[in-house]
Amino acid sequence: MSAPTVSHHYTTTGLDNRKIAIWAFIGSECMLFVSLISTYLIYKGRSRVGPFPHEAWTDPGTGHVYKAILNIPVTSASTFVLLMSSLAMVLALAAVENKGKPQRTLGERILGNSKLWLFMTALLGATFLGFQAFEFTSFVHEGLTIKTNLFGSTFFTLTGFHGAHVTAGVIWLVSMLMIDFKRGLGPEDALSVDIMALYWHFVDVVWIAIFTLVYLIR
Amino acid sequence: MATTVIDTTPPVLKPYTPSPAPATVVKEKSTFWSWIGTTDHKKIGKLYLFTALTFFFIGGLEAEIIRAQLGAPNRHLVSAEVYNQIFTMHGTTMIFLAVMPLSAVFFNFLIPLQVGARDVAFPRLNAFSYWVYLFGGIFITLPILFGHAPNGGWFGYAPLSTKQFSPGLNMDFYVVGLQILGVSSLAAAFNFITTIVNLRAPGMSLMRMPVFTWMSFVTQVLIALAFPVITIALFFLMMDRFFGTQFYEVGAGGDPLLWQHLFWIFGHPEVYILVLPAFGLVSEILPTFSKKPLFGYPVMVYSGILIGFLGFGVWAHHMFAVGMGPIADSVFGVTTMLIAIPTGVKIFNWLGTLAQGQIRFTTACMFAIGFVALFTIGGISGVMHSSPPADLQQTDSYFIVAHFHYVLFGGSIMAIFGGIYYYFPKMFGRFMSEGIGKVHFWLTFIGMNLTFFPMHFSGMLGMPRRIYTYDAGQGWDAFNATSTWGAYLLAVAMLLFAYNLFRSLRRGAPAGPNPWGAGTLEWTIPSPPPAYNFATLATVTSRYPLWEGKEADIESARINQQSGRTAEQLGIVIPYDTIKPMLAALFMVVMLGGLMLNHWILVGGAVAMAISLYAWLTSPLEPEHH
Repeated sequence: MSAPTVSHHYTTTGLDNRKIAIWAFIGSECMLFVSLISTYLIYKGRSRVGPFPHEAWTDPGTGHVYKAILNIPVTSASTFVLLMSSLAMVLALAAVENKGKPQRTLGERILGNSKLWLFMTALLGATFLGFQAFEFTSFVHEGLTIKTNLFGSTFFTLTGFHGAHVTAGVIWLVSMLMIDFKRGLGPEDALSVDIMALYWHFVDVVWIAIFTLVYLIR
Repeated sequence: MATTVIDTTPPVLKPYTPSPAPATVVKEKSTFWSWIGTTDHKKIGKLYLFTALTFFFIGGLEAEIIRAQLGAPNRHLVSAEVYNQIFTMHGTTMIFLAVMPLSAVFFNFLIPLQVGARDVAFPRLNAFSYWVYLFGGIFITLPILFGHAPNGGWFGYAPLSTKQFSPGLNMDFYVVGLQILGVSSLAAAFNFITTIVNLRAPGMSLMRMPVFTWMSFVTQVLIALAFPVITIALFFLMMDRFFGTQFYEVGAGGDPLLWQHLFWIFGHPEVYILVLPAFGLVSEILPTFSKKPLFGYPVMVYSGILIGFLGFGVWAHHMFAVGMGPIADSVFGVTTMLIAIPTGVKIFNWLGTLAQGQIRFTTACMFAIGFVALFTIGGISGVMHSSPPADLQQTDSYFIVAHFHYVLFGGSIMAIFGGIYYYFPKMFGRFMSEGIGKVHFWLTFIGMNLTFFPMHFSGMLGMPRRIYTYDAGQGWDAFNATSTWGAYLLAVAMLLFAYNLFRSLRRGAPAGPNPWGAGTLEWTIPSPPPAYNFATLATVTSRYPLWEGKEADIESARINQQSGRTAEQLGIVIPYDTIKPMLAALFMVVMLGGLMLNHWILVGGAVAMAISLYAWLTSPLEPEHH
């Protein structure tokens, strides 16, 4: 009897199925964020009442002056943190891929420590979320909620959607870190880490678009 | 190796020749748990078939109530409030719960068989998609029994659908229900894209792929790119309704067209999501029954891709009446006319396939030919309102209702019936009755034209869509009466189909591996196929391996068709049955239902879903390989 010619792990492209699926997923996610960002841009400048993102506003009823609400220096810092998390992610993937290779110097031991870099990625991601929580609460204190005006609705929904994606990524990273502690990640896990890294970098790239279009461009 | 009885009678593998009927049909193991826990794409396809047909009959019942109400002037069978719910649910049910899942029957059952794979790329995710669809379908359908069904039209225009203008739970069920169904479609899209890209058998290059798989691929890409847009539109509406945001709040500066744009950026690709699988099915049926390869295969593929691509650039033709200005109107008018070109190319290629063929008028073939005729009529009326001035006369009238029923019923549904008659022997190992099938075809064909053709006239005479009744003496009475009698005839046709289906499941004539003499891979294996699909596969060297008569193809088909061997005997690993995807789907629906009903249900559902997902992700898919 002839053996099955379609072996169990045969794939047409030679790539793992999960790799193809994550790319399809990311393509789909692009449309999600394109819809959110477009809505934000369409509604830009259409709010009837303040606070506004880039200019001060005086409430005609109370005479209260609301200053421009976006805090660009603080958000620049959080953006830097998120970008650094992508660097840590790259190092984590490299460490997992190179697990088992000899580590002679201290530098090689540090770079080869996948637990350290997974932890750093998760920590930087969580720090970014901390910045976002700070930003959201300070906005609410200054008088901008999701119900206040079109800017509030679109801003909180867009950045909140992104924050939810970062949160999912942090949960993913922590789960991976727990697996690393439990049994140690090796080159055979590189694909799983690679897929997580693709997602993480994607979320990072989306933030660059949001930071530019929402915060930097007036 | 295992000592099993091997059927040594050589299968008939002459090109175009149907294989002889076996004496008996292999009985498949069928218990309650084998269906609940299945991850087999063929069983999931069958689950889709019976579920989608159930919803199709519910949607059909709603249509019959609509037609009974409109059969004569000033009829008050149902109140205006109930009528709103019924026409909304008729559209929503037919689109999201009947036609899309009926296409999913074939995605599930056929794609792995056509590309020569053991299963889809992610069998458990596939089960998850089905269960989300089932629970989401129940979630959005049940409220009609309590008078809380969605009532703002299937496209739920905001601001009309915001809390201010649509109070009550009705549109909450719409918002949450469609969100749930979107999850099902998206998960399936990633699964099928991966399957088609990555699990094609050796030699199955893209340009050797069966056209059904090609059209399914385009469809899945459209789903992956279009559904996120409605997800966001629905999310905004949900935020407006539940949390007081202002996305659709015109008083706060919100744009009343925002929803329309987002909805139709999804909604127009959705039209092609509904009809491209039908194109694929017809492209399988016509070559087999003409005994000719598909005419102009590459052009068929390219025009399918072009339709998918252009489908994203025509959405605003649904909005000519809102006053977008002459430039936008002209651009979208032109792109809409352009899309008629690849569609017309397809029509001519189907005619080219039939031309000079040795046509066998089986039921499947008749439905496919009926599709070509009726879809062309719907396509032509579509080109008519691609012109903004003409559209202004036709929009929101019964002319539009006539148009989209010609493409959705005359197009998608006719092709799906053809697909069911064609693939029923492969799915169940038995033929459907051809005699009843032909009566079913003629009743459907006549009933469909009787119902929808007069709507062109009532529409041109000014009858608007969505009215629950009308006064006599406007020239609409005779047309409406005709439509209603046509709808009753369709009801008879559908009952006949249901009878044929259930009768044939038990008493249909046994069918061989290749009962129609077709040429593609799915016909090289037994009917119904074994759990592992293919025991062996020769490297694919052509589009119709069974028609080329190559030694290797014949040999691999012969091995595949030797009956009675199990996966274990062949050393093939089959995924475990598992109910975890079903539980994750169930709790996801509970969670989202909690969003609109009670926050404790939301939290409880979320925790239970997280636990099911954890259990799912940490358990192995299949036994260890050895």
